[in-house]
Amino acid sequence: MWDYSETVKEHFYNPRNAGAVENANATGDVGSLSCGDALRLTLKVNPETEVIEDAGFQTFGCGSAIASSSALTEIIKGMTLEEALKVSNQDIADYLEGLPPEKMHCSVMGREALQAAVANYRGEEWCDDHEEGALVCKCFAVDAVLIEETIRANQLKTVEDVANYTKAGGGCASCHEGIEEILAKVLAESGETFDPHAVPLAAMDTTPQTLVAGTKGLTNLQRIKRIERVIDSIRPQLQMDRGDAELVDVIGDTVYLKMTGACSGCQMAAMTLSGIQQRITEDLGQFIRVLPETELKKLQAGG
Amino acid sequence: MMKGISLGGIYLDNNATTMVDPAVVECMLPYFTEQFGNPSSMHAFGNKVGHAIKQARKQVQQLLGAEHDSEIIFTSCGTESDSTAIISALKAQPERNEIITTVVEHPAVLSLCENLEKDGYKVHYLKVDEKGRLDLDEYRKLLSDKVAVVSVMWANNESGTLFPVVEMAELANAAGIMFHTDAVQAVGKIPMDLKNTKIDMLSLSGHKLHAPKGIGVLYLRRGVRFRPLLRGGHQERGRRAGTENTASIVALGKAAEMAQEHLAYENTQVAALRDRLEQGIMNVVPHAFVTGDPSNRLPNTCNIAFEFVEGEAILMLLNKQGIAASSGSACTSGSLEPSHVMRAMGIPYTAAHGSIRLSLSRYNTLEEVENVIAAVPPIIAQLRKLSPYWGENGPVTEPEKMFAPAYA
Repeated sequence: MWDYSETVKEHFYNPRNAGAVENANATGDVGSLSCGDALRLTLKVNPETEVIEDAGFQTFGCGSAIASSSALTEIIKGMTLEEALKVSNQDIADYLEGLPPEKMHCSVMGREALQAAVANYRGEEWCDDHEEGALVCKCFAVDAVLIEETIRANQLKTVEDVANYTKAGGGCASCHEGIEEILAKVLAESGETFDPHAVPLAAMDTTPQTLVAGTKGLTNLQRIKRIERVIDSIRPQLQMDRGDAELVDVIGDTVYLKMTGACSGCQMAAMTLSGIQQRITEDLGQFIRVLPETELKKLQAGG
Repeated sequence: MMKGISLGGIYLDNNATTMVDPAVVECMLPYFTEQFGNPSSMHAFGNKVGHAIKQARKQVQQLLGAEHDSEIIFTSCGTESDSTAIISALKAQPERNEIITTVVEHPAVLSLCENLEKDGYKVHYLKVDEKGRLDLDEYRKLLSDKVAVVSVMWANNESGTLFPVVEMAELANAAGIMFHTDAVQAVGKIPMDLKNTKIDMLSLSGHKLHAPKGIGVLYLRRGVRFRPLLRGGHQERGRRAGTENTASIVALGKAAEMAQEHLAYENTQVAALRDRLEQGIMNVVPHAFVTGDPSNRLPNTCNIAFEFVEGEAILMLLNKQGIAASSGSACTSGSLEPSHVMRAMGIPYTAAHGSIRLSLSRYNTLEEVENVIAAVPPIIAQLRKLSPYWGENGPVTEPEKMFAPAYA
């Protein structure tokens, strides 16, 4: 049995706003029967103020899919569309006092239904290239598709690389066999074979040449300022996608970022983070790990 | 009979595991304390334990209808028995590198076979039809001197469908091929007489027949070439090293004896309860169907697919009322695909995600069955009301068209 929070159970047993809203002027459909979960969100939006006056859901899915749908409608009722679009899947999960890693996709589905409904209201075409694979890393809820794409995009060669770029395998290490299999499969596409003794990219990045040109002799403050400069140079791109990133803290070689707007909770957030990580690593000539702010909170809670 | 054992709810998930019979618990307890000796030891502490194991071996032999008690090898679980049997067949016959199995096996066999493929073995997966039945012609064509072992389950854990393993073992034997069956769901539920079959190896698991978890058996016909998985001490005549799990072996012996005593009850009374349960639900709930082969299945199992609802949601609402069952839905396992057994039978996604397995035991009562019959229909109706695929009085016409997601 899943370890569902009391709030998840409560929203499943007594779902709020179940059913379609009458006279709805926005509808968002996501999921399908084959996936095992599908959600239709209907909204009644005030055309003058763009305030969501009513929201209803119809969901085919498991306990957490129904609870996530219920939570979403509760969160967004009374918000303007702009405010509602800022609701991330993490917000939905937080509202429910957490979801098991295997079930985080239920909250993602809620957020996507919302985006689809808003696009429908505005007469826009909403499409998402979201593709989900089987869950590989249970510690950090990373699926096979994300791992595959990250390996391809960054020419990763080792399990350590995969952990650095996606976090998959960075926890209990039980999924390393699965990650090795994915590496072997992706490397085979380009005629390479997986070598368990290959040198990780991170280790190669810290070759003496790049280090000399890099951070040597920098004070901690100078280092943080350089990190900030790199982030500032990336922000315009993020803002174009209606997202943003903000430096929260630097502890040792780990940089904690707050991803906001469209970036937060986005399936591609981990990819974005790994892109930023690469830029900072290149600039400083030293391997830097970039993690979302939520990891810092976990660290503080744990310590 | 067997009433009055309160489990604090209605337990209809006996294919997952069973309650250890109180009589079984009672007979195993002394082997933790006063009879703690190692059966290999040369003193009185171990001597009695050795006798108890011998008796347990005979009790299991009886239930299986094996010719010799030395054909019974105690293991730690069904999975270990499956792995031992298949890997032994491959190791003993290095000149043969093919395996025949089915697409609906338990992961204990399926996952092992998939892994053996990586090591270069060729695995043939027999398909099933819409009722979960095998095509014996397809099977016959695959039998060749390249095949090291056939491994086919006796009864399917999800649908309860029985495979004709006795006949399949004859065919394998005639072709000179070893035959293994994973009988974890079948032992204790249907009669067996292995001495009059050509089955070479059989796996069973204690906790499916009211013995504790952590004990299993590999039946190995005398004379079948064998290579142990665990080597070490001389336990189990050197075929499975490791100090015996004495208390659990004694318990399994007792459970086997009790299973044999109740075999007729299982096939009449338990089967009648199952039929009543199934009919009671099917009479009331529309857009539901029984999966598998109802004319040829375990007496205790029924599997119903409810269209347009998701299994985990059904289980949670059942659980709220104290009713325990299981589902082939993807969500219950955390995977993306619904049960491989349901998919192999071609059950459409509209129903595969909503398949519910109800598996009974001799401890279930008619009263419990009636309670479940009353509980299920409102749960299905409640979830359908939430479903975007369900209209006022039935499924929306052409659900795939009516529900048009931006991605799928």
